[in-house]
Amino acid sequence: MEFSELIKTATVESVLLSCAGQPAVKGTLCITSHHLLLSSCPGGDGQPSAVELWLLIRNVDAVEKRLVLSHRPVPPSVPSSMGVIPRCHPGTAEPPLPPLPRGPRQWALTSSSPPCPRVQNVGWYQPPRSSGSPRDNRLAGSSGTITLRCKDLKVLQLEIPGMEECLNIASSIEALSSVDSVMMMYPFFHRPQSLRLEEGWPLLPVEQYFQQLALQTTQWRLSDVNRDFAVCPTYPPAVIVPAAVSEETLRRAARFRQGGRFPVLSYYHSRNGTVMLRSGQPLTGPNRKRCAEDEMLLGSVLDDGERGFIIDTRSAQAAKQARMTGGGTEPKSSYPQWKRLHRPLERGRPLQESFIKLVEACNDASLGMDRWLGRLESCRWLSHVKAALSTACLAAQCLDREESSVLVHGAEGTDTTLLVTALAQLILEPGCRTLKGFQGLLEREWIQAGHPFHLRCAHSAYSHARLKQEAPLFLLFLDCVWQLSRQFPFSLEFSEGLLLTLFDNAYASDYGTFLCNNEKERCLCKVKESTHSLWAWLDQPEERKKYLNPLYSPNPLVIWPSVEPQSIQLWQGLFFRWIRSSQYLDEAWAEIWRLVEGSNTAVKESTESRLSRSLSDPTAPTENER
Amino acid sequence: MEHITTPKVENVKLLDRYTNRKAASGTLYLTATHLIYVDASAEVRKETWILHHHIATVEKLPLTTAGCPLLIHCKNFHVAHFVIGQERDCHEVYTSLLKLSQPVKPEELYAFSYNPKMSKDNREIGWKLIDLKVDYQRMGIPNDYWEITDLNKDYEVCNTYPPEIVVPRAASKATVIGSSRFRSRGRIPVLSYLYKENNLNAMANRAAGKGYENEDNYDNIRFKFIGIENIHVMRSSLQKLLEVCETKSPSMSDFLTGLENSGWLRHIKAVMDASVFLAKAVKDEKASVLVHCSDGWDRTAQVCSLASLLLDPFYRTFKGFMVLIEKEWIAMGHKFSHRCGHLDGDPKEVSPVFTQFIECVWQLMQQFPCTFEFNEHFLLEIHDHVYSCQFGNFLGTCHKEREDLKIFEKTHSLWPFLLQKKQELRNPLYRGFTAYKELQPNTLPFSFQFWCGMYNRFDKGMHPKQCVLDHLLSCMNQKIKLEDNASELENKLPFLDGPLPNEACFLSKVGCAASKTPMLNTPQDYEGEAPPVLTNGISVGDINVTSDVDQRNKENLANHRDLHLNDSVDVLNSEAKDGKPQHH
Repeated sequence: MEFSELIKTATVESVLLSCAGQPAVKGTLCITSHHLLLSSCPGGDGQPSAVELWLLIRNVDAVEKRLVLSHRPVPPSVPSSMGVIPRCHPGTAEPPLPPLPRGPRQWALTSSSPPCPRVQNVGWYQPPRSSGSPRDNRLAGSSGTITLRCKDLKVLQLEIPGMEECLNIASSIEALSSVDSVMMMYPFFHRPQSLRLEEGWPLLPVEQYFQQLALQTTQWRLSDVNRDFAVCPTYPPAVIVPAAVSEETLRRAARFRQGGRFPVLSYYHSRNGTVMLRSGQPLTGPNRKRCAEDEMLLGSVLDDGERGFIIDTRSAQAAKQARMTGGGTEPKSSYPQWKRLHRPLERGRPLQESFIKLVEACNDASLGMDRWLGRLESCRWLSHVKAALSTACLAAQCLDREESSVLVHGAEGTDTTLLVTALAQLILEPGCRTLKGFQGLLEREWIQAGHPFHLRCAHSAYSHARLKQEAPLFLLFLDCVWQLSRQFPFSLEFSEGLLLTLFDNAYASDYGTFLCNNEKERCLCKVKESTHSLWAWLDQPEERKKYLNPLYSPNPLVIWPSVEPQSIQLWQGLFFRWIRSSQYLDEAWAEIWRLVEGSNTAVKESTESRLSRSLSDPTAPTENER
Repeated sequence: MEHITTPKVENVKLLDRYTNRKAASGTLYLTATHLIYVDASAEVRKETWILHHHIATVEKLPLTTAGCPLLIHCKNFHVAHFVIGQERDCHEVYTSLLKLSQPVKPEELYAFSYNPKMSKDNREIGWKLIDLKVDYQRMGIPNDYWEITDLNKDYEVCNTYPPEIVVPRAASKATVIGSSRFRSRGRIPVLSYLYKENNLNAMANRAAGKGYENEDNYDNIRFKFIGIENIHVMRSSLQKLLEVCETKSPSMSDFLTGLENSGWLRHIKAVMDASVFLAKAVKDEKASVLVHCSDGWDRTAQVCSLASLLLDPFYRTFKGFMVLIEKEWIAMGHKFSHRCGHLDGDPKEVSPVFTQFIECVWQLMQQFPCTFEFNEHFLLEIHDHVYSCQFGNFLGTCHKEREDLKIFEKTHSLWPFLLQKKQELRNPLYRGFTAYKELQPNTLPFSFQFWCGMYNRFDKGMHPKQCVLDHLLSCMNQKIKLEDNASELENKLPFLDGPLPNEACFLSKVGCAASKTPMLNTPQDYEGEAPPVLTNGISVGDINVTSDVDQRNKENLANHRDLHLNDSVDVLNSEAKDGKPQHH
């Protein structure tokens, strides 16, 4: 496939770009294989100088277009909520069509027959190939508006003179944004000058984690049973397993777990030597099958008389029902030392719908207070945040307070499982709360652990495409981390800015870090050889500073969050990022930097030698760098 | 003292509202002004003080095996749940508190006995700290259009207005008197705020209507009706809100639904909307605006004072905010005594009108973090003292009544007391008087947040476990100190490298929590809280997670709160010492 085939019109002059809260910019719009570029005419329309605006086309979640036939210039602002027809994807179910308010001079694109489910760009419109007819003169004076709803939740409007151009641009963006082949995506073409390709790819995060662990215990070993991804396609080549368990036992246990995800070590709690394991559900099925190797594997984690906890992220009911489809959960009789706790967490489509409903409510400026609170409640997003934090606390509590090991799983073990294990580590382990440690955590517990980013983040909250496997688990994780950062403002080395950047990059990125669904796919696509790592970019000194928390002060303790509803807030910085003005909050942030740096500078002058000493020593005592 | 039959009860338990952990056990004392509970089970002496005037309700709950429960709800939203061993003791405490919390005669109010050992001169100077005439001068009054008149010196025009009022120069004495006959309770239109940019146009308030002006009779006047509900709706809304706040381990849906059903944030938004409208009309349309409700001392006060705050950065300073409250609320006859239920009286007169105003200011602080000279604690202090009756400012219902009560001779003013604590009440992010002029807040619903710091203020477990404000204050104090002593410090610099010198603490109570010191991360900041799985009432099987360490730390936390005024250094020292066991 050639990108050029998808680009019907590459350049249009005099396009007006507007975005809520920003001054509109007029300029020339260009479409390239991966970007939409608007370069403004210098000095024109009161603009002080030339501006270039770039948009990664992969970031576009939905394209909505509206044509305006007009003898007069188009009014500068067109209400976007009116007369917009959602784009129809060929071969996908049509979303319900809203009633069309139509003014005398406005025609929506598919207005010819709204009830018809499959109307594409047809109807009254004819391509104005033959020039000179009166009809064409009229069309030439018309224009179109394209609304681009982005995966990072930004909404842009392009006003494009000329109807054909408008349609061409819209269909080009649609086509380019839905290219699904990983190796055609921008990270394979992005070559920033400041970075070298091989830089920043974490070298074997699991192995590194094991090295740390091996200093404290001999109970665990690094296994390469999965080196060719044959035992579990979604695990990395190296996993940490009980030292006493043989490779053959692992292979057999893997056959008893969904997706081959046999129990592996996720976290070692240094304080008392307990561990957190994760896996897929056991394949007990309707006949209550057992697997001696799986039982042995889990049994080897506990000493005689010790008790462990299994946190199942499904309800007891759902776990039982899973037996009908070959899954299930660990029966007490087969795993006598393990006590099972069910903590249902939302996943899959209901979670995606929760996200969509929340974003809809946030964008609805017509809501009064009561309806806003009603919508906030009914979308249930904050309930999911609360549930995720509670379950992570439960896991952390089992380890730290009960001094018991924990196994976490749901069904596949790639979604809510990772949400819980990653959050629990952030709560327990100070090393995960540094910028570097957090990157390591994301690498181990999300990327290497096989969270299917490509499927889960294929679309964001605006897409009209039929939902397939999209679900914002990673966003839910980031939201929970934000809640932690709000309750413990000094304990995380990174700021909200990092969480926003991670959200953006998980959905559309210049970098290869979040590409593909697992390590196996990444190897096949040669992601590490052919793309840059997001971490390398973030670790550059001038970038790094943007993501630091000025209030950070290493905290060696467990950070137990409150999960009372009063303690959990809607993450405005994300959900209202493009809706509200952040001027006053940004000023406050700058003021915090100034105050903290000011007081640091004052002290620094006196302690120059000490500071330079500690700066040159990257292994500060409390940062368990990985 | 005649109300106190049992001044001391032993073996009293204080239950923790949100966790199931072992209740504190200790001794309850009744003094003339306070209920004091001393926790005997804690290693560090922990005291809980409840001012009698702060008590809104006292309830005796059905007898349990543990004893006789006594539930106290305070006007500052503190809820204390005691269990007293002997029913007889409980009953005596109960009847004493009923009488102590609802004095019948004004002379019984705390302000008349409060004696901070201040000289008579200083006390009198304190009352002169806030002079409304100075504020009118600041606006340029008197000028060609407006004058300050003492027409009301004998309260003939209006007995709920102060002796001096600002009226149009063109209005003769006869006009003023005539107008007063037409307005409910004589509350004629008087000037509230003069927007400097346009000399004539002003915000006037207090014209009480009981009905509204016939449009035909008023030329050049446009009417705008803004629906802010009456005091009875607001009272019941707050009641519903507090029930939600008190619910034990609610789900997120329970909470949001309860918040919605209480209507509280809807009312807050309505007050804000009206104020934004008023400020815009004055500023953008250069219109003069007359604001009134039915009596002109509730909703009118809210809207006029908030609009002033939006228009004029002066009112966002310490001094300005005090002037604003004196001018719009106290002088203009907001009936604090009735609305706050200072004395035993009609419960239907009680309403959280002033609380709503304070909350609106807090909401503005959330949107504009650098525009106020003071911080959230300042608002909470004022709110506390509106109910405490410790100072004379908020006693009675109007200026005349305060004169009759001899407030100015017998009691102290709150404002000098607050100014003394300025260091800890200031906003470290304040960018100064000139950084921002008018504020245009976002009034979309999402801009209004539930104020946990007010309505769940005493449930420390719900609050952020590390306090940015305290940290920044200490950064700032450190900086001020360093700047002040720049030259002197140069010689001592190596000293700062180690522990902070003790004298840094006097700058503020949080001075010890200096930047980047381990103090900020002392475990009891959060470790003492049970993990949330427990607060939700769900627990890990048959596990008993309540360790003694938890209990102790929890108490330290509360200890910090209760004692901070007394001796911050000691408390912080003990915290540092106590933090250690966490590392096991």
